[in-house]
Amino acid sequence: MNAPIIWIVFPALVAFLLFTIRNQRALSIIGGTLTALLALAAQFIPIEEAFKLGTLSIKIDSSMAVLGRVLQIRPTEGSLLAIIYGVTALWFFGAEASKTAPRIVPFGLLITTLMVASIAVEPFLFAALFIELAVLLAVPLLTNINHPPGHGVVRFLIYQTLAMPFILFSGWLLSGVEASPGDIALATQSASILGLGFAFLLAIFPFYNWIPMLMEETPPFIVGFLLWIIPTITLIFGAGFLDRYSWLRTSPQLATTLQYTGLLMIVTGGLWAATQRHLGRIMAYSSIAETGFSILALSLDPRIGIPILFLLIPARALGLAVWSLALTVIKDQAESLRFNAVRGMLRNIPFASTALILASLSTSAFPLLAGFPARLALWENLSHVSLTAALWLGIGIIGLLISSFRTMAVLSMAEEYTSWELSEDWLQSIMLGLGMIGLFILGLFPQFIQYFLADLPAMFDHLGR
Amino acid sequence: MTVLSWFAVILITITSVGLLLARDWRWLIIFLSAQYFGMLILTLVHWPLGMASVKVVAGWMSAAILGMTRSGLPRENKSEKQSILPRGRMFRLFASGIVILVVATATPRVDAVMADAGYAVTTGGLILVGMGLLHLGVTDHVMRVTIGLMTVLSGFEILYATVEGSILVAALLAVINLGLALVGSYLLIASNAEIEEQEL
Repeated sequence: MNAPIIWIVFPALVAFLLFTIRNQRALSIIGGTLTALLALAAQFIPIEEAFKLGTLSIKIDSSMAVLGRVLQIRPTEGSLLAIIYGVTALWFFGAEASKTAPRIVPFGLLITTLMVASIAVEPFLFAALFIELAVLLAVPLLTNINHPPGHGVVRFLIYQTLAMPFILFSGWLLSGVEASPGDIALATQSASILGLGFAFLLAIFPFYNWIPMLMEETPPFIVGFLLWIIPTITLIFGAGFLDRYSWLRTSPQLATTLQYTGLLMIVTGGLWAATQRHLGRIMAYSSIAETGFSILALSLDPRIGIPILFLLIPARALGLAVWSLALTVIKDQAESLRFNAVRGMLRNIPFASTALILASLSTSAFPLLAGFPARLALWENLSHVSLTAALWLGIGIIGLLISSFRTMAVLSMAEEYTSWELSEDWLQSIMLGLGMIGLFILGLFPQFIQYFLADLPAMFDHLGR
Repeated sequence: MTVLSWFAVILITITSVGLLLARDWRWLIIFLSAQYFGMLILTLVHWPLGMASVKVVAGWMSAAILGMTRSGLPRENKSEKQSILPRGRMFRLFASGIVILVVATATPRVDAVMADAGYAVTTGGLILVGMGLLHLGVTDHVMRVTIGLMTVLSGFEILYATVEGSILVAALLAVINLGLALVGSYLLIASNAEIEEQEL
């Protein structure tokens, strides 16, 4: 038995079987339980170490050969797999409440396995191919065959597909730079092509216009899942480039570029979010700013930046899950997600409205909530590097906070004497309630998640050491 | 092989310009299939026939998927004709000319970076990338977007074949081509759903 079969091949096979099930609850429970078990196994079962199970002695190999190349899940990557599958379980358990289980569970599981394969493939450069396959699978997940696709889906497909050639090609050029480090022209060319590839993949300014479009056109819960998994795995893939190529890692220009890019995303995301009048578009711009926070973390000294990058992942996952589920519930009750259509809905759907506000505040670095500890650490360490950059980060965060308070004001602006009622069903209320508790737990006790995050930097050979 | 390679470059130029100018979907499929044949010839410069044929087989299957889907749709979608802006063929021909000119000037520099790729291979690859990007820039129709993406990927695959001979990469790129065609077909059917509904 080997690790890629357990965490890639087996869940992919189950995902195909899940296409035959149409029952929302069954899909949600099977998908959620399976991914939760995979997460637990990844965290607690050692790879490349013999262990006893009753009378049996079992050893899980880390690698599997595929067409002359290798899929390898190293022992140090167990915690990362636990987080990926754990967060996927979160989404699958919430799928029934969002009424999207028949789509998100089978497609989501396949996408997750492809993303795990992208982390496992050797040489790591080929990850771009697996990410592209996941993107192709995301298209039927996002669209319904009975409704014409919007422009957002088409742009998503174009931008994400264009990323793959750039990244593969830059990988080949980077190995040339390694062979002749003095060739500055080649280094510049390869870094530019690599940057362009990641700009497409991470939806960096100005290639992010598909995100707000998607949030208007498609179910928020599904977009939320994609806005979590694609950037998260891409960022880890990107960090892999820094880990692999020492000249790239030590380049001062790269740190500056990452800093400017991250700030550009945070500031534009924050300011655009502050001016929107559509709840979905606010979430879209906030998620763009979220990616900006992660890129900014990569610009710091890796010994500080990499732990912050990993600390941002659970907060982003929980925030987006709660936010997108709340938006789905609101969308079911309101004509649209525009401000004039959702005015005063706090009294009709209190759980969803409160969850939406809390998730939005968490992204805006509001104290006591999940997003706060990582953003505080980021802000503090950025101020040691550049006070101007810290000021711009503050401007972006103010933009996000304005969008949160505007959302809160609109949702609570009910007509006088409107009575309170609970329009959410019991499952939606429980899922949203648990999500809100989770946002507070991660905000109040960030050390709780350190159990999973502490060993993650070990997955890199050089970064974070 | 050199003469054959240049023949493939001419074929690719004709098909990629044809893809941009053609309005009938049948011509699009014919040009796309011919383009994959040109791609096969250029890939053969660096790859053995067995591996290179994977690309042409995957490409032809993709073209067949798109063609069969389009032929199954009830009638011509109005947006299909309106999707290319500006609509003038002369404009698109002129834009193609600019792309070819840019490729001609960039080829020596790119070829210097590529390890022994050869002028014909580099030119063919760059023409496809350039024309594919031009195609993506002037249309938002699903079938044309899919063909544009497949054209860009074909150009990239020609160039990448000169530096990477991995079977896994060849297999994954073939799967991506087929996947792109399937996704394009899916979106094409979805785009037509409203028209069918109105007709009913």
